[in-house]
Amino acid sequence: MAKVTLKGVKKNYGPVKAIHGVDMEIKDGEFIVIVGPSGCGKSTLLRMIAGLEAITDGTIQIGDRVVNNIEPAERDIAMVFQNYALYPHMSVYENMSYGLRIRGRSKADIETRVQRAAEILQLQPYLQRKPRELSGGQRQRVAMGRAIVREPSVFLFDEPLSNLDAKLRVQMRLEIKRLHQQLGVTSVYVTHDQVEAMTLADRLVVMNQGRADQIGSPQDVYNHPATTYVGGFIGSPAMNFLTCRIDTGQAKLTDDVILPLPAGWSVPAGEYSLGIRPENLRIARAGETAHLQLDVDVAEELGADTLLHGKIAGEEMVVRVPSHAGFHDHSRPGLVIDIERLHLFDRESGLRVATPG
Amino acid sequence: MEKRVVFHNRFLPYLLVAPQIAITVIFFFWPASQAVVQSVLREDAFGTSSYFVGMENFAALFEDDYYLNSFKITALFSTLVTTLGLGISLVLAVTADRLIRGATIYKTLLIWPYAVAPAVAGALWGFVFLPGPGVFAWLLAQMGVDWNFHLNGGQAMFVVVVAATWKQISYNFLFFLAGLQAIPKSLIEAAAIDGAKPFRRFWTIILPMLSPTLFFLIVVNVVYAFFETFGVIHSLTRGGPAKSTEILVYKVWYDGFEAQDLGGSAAQSVILMAIVIGLTVIQFRYIERKVHY
Amino acid sequence: MIERRPIADAVGHLIMLAAIFIVAFPIYLAVIAASHTIQDVSQTPMPLLPGAELLTNTARALFDGPQLVGVSGATPAIVLLMNSFIMAISIAVGKIIISLLSAFAIVYFRFPLRNIFFWMIFITLMLPVEVRIIPTYKIVADLGLLDTYTGLILPLIASATATFLFRQFFMTVPDELLEAARIDGAGPMRFFWDVLVPLSRTSIAAMFVIQFIYGWNQYLWPLLIASDYKYQTIVLAIGRLIRAPDAFYEWPVIMGMAVLALLPPVAVVVLMQRWFVKGLVETEK
Repeated sequence: MAKVTLKGVKKNYGPVKAIHGVDMEIKDGEFIVIVGPSGCGKSTLLRMIAGLEAITDGTIQIGDRVVNNIEPAERDIAMVFQNYALYPHMSVYENMSYGLRIRGRSKADIETRVQRAAEILQLQPYLQRKPRELSGGQRQRVAMGRAIVREPSVFLFDEPLSNLDAKLRVQMRLEIKRLHQQLGVTSVYVTHDQVEAMTLADRLVVMNQGRADQIGSPQDVYNHPATTYVGGFIGSPAMNFLTCRIDTGQAKLTDDVILPLPAGWSVPAGEYSLGIRPENLRIARAGETAHLQLDVDVAEELGADTLLHGKIAGEEMVVRVPSHAGFHDHSRPGLVIDIERLHLFDRESGLRVATPG
Repeated sequence: MEKRVVFHNRFLPYLLVAPQIAITVIFFFWPASQAVVQSVLREDAFGTSSYFVGMENFAALFEDDYYLNSFKITALFSTLVTTLGLGISLVLAVTADRLIRGATIYKTLLIWPYAVAPAVAGALWGFVFLPGPGVFAWLLAQMGVDWNFHLNGGQAMFVVVVAATWKQISYNFLFFLAGLQAIPKSLIEAAAIDGAKPFRRFWTIILPMLSPTLFFLIVVNVVYAFFETFGVIHSLTRGGPAKSTEILVYKVWYDGFEAQDLGGSAAQSVILMAIVIGLTVIQFRYIERKVHY
Repeated sequence: MIERRPIADAVGHLIMLAAIFIVAFPIYLAVIAASHTIQDVSQTPMPLLPGAELLTNTARALFDGPQLVGVSGATPAIVLLMNSFIMAISIAVGKIIISLLSAFAIVYFRFPLRNIFFWMIFITLMLPVEVRIIPTYKIVADLGLLDTYTGLILPLIASATATFLFRQFFMTVPDELLEAARIDGAGPMRFFWDVLVPLSRTSIAAMFVIQFIYGWNQYLWPLLIASDYKYQTIVLAIGRLIRAPDAFYEWPVIMGMAVLALLPPVAVVVLMQRWFVKGLVETEK
């Protein structure tokens, strides 16, 4: 087990800058999830840690060792690939033991390690089968087994669940979490799925166009997004952003819609982007003064909740309300905003100006 | 097409391609270049030295009636082999494709002539048409044909065409069948719903969909008739009688080996090379087009 | 099919059966000829039903060889068959090995002369033996390889077809397998032997069928290289046996030899039909 340190890590493909300089410190035993949409550089970053991509600039350290020029096999890592990359002509046992055989481990040692991993992953009945005779979830387990038998200092996961169906994905997510609790190995996990990211991570790294916009615990990232990008990416449905003008302690959305600011914000006057999560609005109770009225275009029924899609001052807005509220298309409910849970971002840079305390 | 992920090694790749490249250079490139060099040289009467004669060997070839005749014979031979072979195989493939039962067995029973060597195909058909005991020769004689392909040039051409076509039918059949089976059934069903009868469906749907296969097979068959039928000719007719089946490939071998005319044979080699290159280019043009299809 | 047309189906089956009959007819005749005495076969026409001499004639072909006018010292087919097997198997195996290696280099490495090598291999497609007969013969003669197995085999084992087939197959192998192997600590040759070659089994089998037939059926090349009967192949012998129109021939023995000459490659095609069809169709893509 080891910590992993990235200092100013950059990656260029010719003139194209894929990673702009990432710094992060992954603690020993920590589960880090790198999340972002496709093309944000998250896989590239992982593959640089694995040694499958050369590093253009900066250093990567695993433990106390700079590994920039060390072969993947020598980095003491193991990787689980998106398509599992199992050797199709080898049995499960051979797949799991291949790396150990190359390293010249003794037969007995290989046997114990494979059996132990197979036990953890409930793969014992399948050891003699070929990958094509296994289900998707079982192949996924074999891929993890191949990583486990190596007893590496770091596990790397490259979107390991994205080839599974929704139900299996939830189940395997739990298994990975359990496995990490059991083995305590430092893990770096790449995904585009924010639910996976939130549920698995000790800390999240939100990537945006080759930069790490924010690194923090799931709670921290959710409650205090560092940029509009992070705010919009984490949380479902996404955070609403409304243009507003702040003056004399008030946020003015339109001439009619003027909101008070949370206590303790002292923000210079100017134009801002106001972030409101769909779950931080509610329907005004009888007699209560609504902050604004939403013109509902579509009401999406989710079962427990209903999502109301509409427009405020020409900007898209989504509100999550309990289903029994009974709203439907073309309603016009009055809404109350939880003012203490507002987020404020700079309009130009998208950087956070103020968040809930 | 390029791999995203590769190995990095300075010398290993050279070591890996070395055997292939060595054989290619020693037995392909060097002799081919020698053929080009010799085609502009002529040996003196004693064969001890040679001198530069420019295009004279080529000029001599094109004044040589036998060579021009060999061109005509090759053209006739390859046209017959290609059209007959493709026609028969297409009929068989279409027939086999529409039969649900037995298609696989028919395939097995039709593909094996591919494995028969051209020279052996020549021997087999030579025996079938052998004047005297030959069964087809006897049938033809019964019908009043004065049959002896060892003496009659036209009959000799007929026999070499039969032997060469017979061997190639299985190849054509396999490709036509694969092409037919690749046409989506829904397309044919749609045409049927539109009211097209089977014959019309064949001309308006199936044949156009099959045209890439057809074009490809034309090139392959021409190449086959030009270059791979030496054994058929050598075992059946030795180019005769009276050079009536002397195709270009047979002549280049005969002039070089039996008649020892090195310059002339080399010039013929160069012309054949130009023909193969032309055919290969056409073939790969087609493949490129198929990629963009 | 869409319409139910029992009559058309029946006609179709008839056409196929007729075609199969005609295609098989010359071989049938060869077998019949091989089962009769020379006197029976010399009738006009020869008998159409099997006789009792098949084993005698086959044995004679195998161990004595046919008696020929003007050719001294007949070669027994067993020697010829052995030469054919040596040539066909060595060519097939040789082509597969050097093509696997060069395809591996071209797909899995980047090196300065890579494209040039690729084109050199490609151009061999345009240089069949037939267009460079005499100079190639001369090289082999200069290297002292006339009337040797090496001379028969070595110049034929360069293969653009096999290289392209393997290259095409390697391109479909997922990159992640290579990455997984790298993380497992496998170097290039280890990856080649442990992963790539086992994965290529089907392609190798397909190539083996095609190239075995190619090697077995060689004619012009052994005609140039093997003047000594000891190195001749059975296909070459068949072609050379049937020479003049009026000579006296031991047809039963010759036809028995012809059947022996076509049996091995036909057996390979029929038994390995799946790989054969795959190999044929894929190399031409």
